[in-house]
Amino acid sequence: MKVITINKKDWAKGLERLYDSFRLFGPVKQNEFHNFRQLVKGELPDLNLLNTRLSAKSMVYPQSEKMFEFTLDENREDHHILKEIHKDYSPKAVIGIRPCDARAFLLVKENFDTPEYKDPYWIKSYEATTFIGYACNTPCSTCFCTTAGCGPFHEQGLDLLLVDAGDYYLLKIITQKGENFLTAAGWSSKAESDAARHEIETLKRAAEGKITARISTDKLKDKKTTELFEAPFWEEVAFACINCGTCTYVCPTCWCFDIQDETIGLSGIRLRNWDSCMYPLFTLHGSGHNPRNTKIQRVRQRFMHKLKYYVDKYGDGIQCVGCGRCIRHCPVNIDIRKVCDLMNGFEK
Amino acid sequence: MQNPYLPYPVRIEEIITETEDKNLKTFNFVFINPDDQEKFNYTPGQFAELSVAGRGEIPIGIASSPTEKGFLRFTINKVGLVTSYIHAMKVGDIMGIRGPLGNWYPWEVMEGKNVVIIGGGFAFTTLRSSIIYMLDSDNRPKFKDIHVIYGARTPGMLLYRDELAQWEKRDDINMHITVDGTDDPDWKYNIGFVPTITDQKAPPGNEETYAIICGPPIMIKFTQPVLDKLGYVHDNIIMSLEMRMKCGIGICGRCNIGKEYVCKDGPVFTLAQLNNMPKEY
Repeated sequence: MKVITINKKDWAKGLERLYDSFRLFGPVKQNEFHNFRQLVKGELPDLNLLNTRLSAKSMVYPQSEKMFEFTLDENREDHHILKEIHKDYSPKAVIGIRPCDARAFLLVKENFDTPEYKDPYWIKSYEATTFIGYACNTPCSTCFCTTAGCGPFHEQGLDLLLVDAGDYYLLKIITQKGENFLTAAGWSSKAESDAARHEIETLKRAAEGKITARISTDKLKDKKTTELFEAPFWEEVAFACINCGTCTYVCPTCWCFDIQDETIGLSGIRLRNWDSCMYPLFTLHGSGHNPRNTKIQRVRQRFMHKLKYYVDKYGDGIQCVGCGRCIRHCPVNIDIRKVCDLMNGFEK
Repeated sequence: MQNPYLPYPVRIEEIITETEDKNLKTFNFVFINPDDQEKFNYTPGQFAELSVAGRGEIPIGIASSPTEKGFLRFTINKVGLVTSYIHAMKVGDIMGIRGPLGNWYPWEVMEGKNVVIIGGGFAFTTLRSSIIYMLDSDNRPKFKDIHVIYGARTPGMLLYRDELAQWEKRDDINMHITVDGTDDPDWKYNIGFVPTITDQKAPPGNEETYAIICGPPIMIKFTQPVLDKLGYVHDNIIMSLEMRMKCGIGICGRCNIGKEYVCKDGPVFTLAQLNNMPKEY
């Protein structure tokens, strides 16, 4: 894989050129937090951040997304028939995504892109996107990516990896998509020697060394689902939970959604919105029966899904990349690292 | 890329009020685009999402059999927003159907075996589909004895009463219709709850006999010990589950029991499978 150097004073010029062939997205500071949004021409992604408050999942999978449109006007021949909606799947680049959020897309892909069913909205949006990762030189205290199948310089799911080396950036080209992005930006594509590669390695090791929080996941696969489900610790884990759903909204690997119809006058749309297993309505039957009526059941569902059901269903590790957002933003300090250790260490 | 969320447009062809409380209506639908009928290739036990523009979607078991051509049939209980709206719709109205969805009763496994169908209340829809399918002249030789134990609260709450009467007359299917109670002096079938009638009428369980059960949780709860007593092994007890659903294709995340999505990995599970899944349904 090729590594190039970008002089920081050439950074903006390259991005300027990219606007011709890409829709650019990046972190922008809004009040006290960074979040991803589309950049207007001339605007630079703000790379002076630890991480965005919400994950980058909305870059592929918006919080609210139109699916179909229809008319209820019976004078129209196509009344009450749902029709595809035009969407912009032109090339898009997400600059400054952290490696954890990029790997999260690969975990989520298992759900949206299956042998039997393809979710066209997610897949087309994902395929239209080039991911320019931003290596973490300064991980947060809540990060535990190195034991969650990821890491501060992890490359899976990225097309390029940008490394801040002080006075200049090092850019590692990982995929053909990344190569195309580099060409469009027009930065000097002269490959660096082994010294640059070595420099990245050194920064990577330093960053990894700063991540001290760890989880153990090695025994999850062999646990019996029904035994973990009936484990005695769920009541204590869920005790303080207020079912606010923040953990699911900030999580890069939570994918659940609701489908709703909205009408104004005689025209309407069908849309989907992020939903959350923390809410009782999520599973409420029409009859009034609710299989997850209590918060203990709902909290258990969230952790069992991420740390057991996903592990068993896809054989690709846990459904968590260790970004630590749910820990940072939980109002009652529920910590997935502790729950993971409880589950991994559970003996009936 | 085919969009699995896009319903096929259909027209309501016929509406039949099934039960005396008028809470259950059967709808026959025809596809507006004839090609869609070919694509909608289903097997008894599957369900579909019925879609009403501006109201939403609802997952309902398919009550017609693939051996019945030219229409799709669903019997709909009036419960929530979408089903109440559908109950108020009329013949000729346009809506949508998305599917077929989910797995089906294990027809290949049951070939050459006895099949006992046990149903209660309005959960008889995919069982009707199954009976019509098995009684089809091409299919009937594939199965040995067929028993049907079907109960409702009163005679007027039984679904498909005309067809039940026709099946009663046949000698290639053993019907055991029952009601919880009735003051009709002419009632000539059984009186008693489904578990009791199962105990009295169902053939003994063995490797050659499969039971398909659909009904309210209370019926299932009390029927299962009866089947155990009769010697049915849990691999041969087939159940169909219900869950709140949205996507119907295993993506939106809400209908799971453990790692299984009821919409895609189910709705049909054997009792042996359910025994290894969390009791969260």
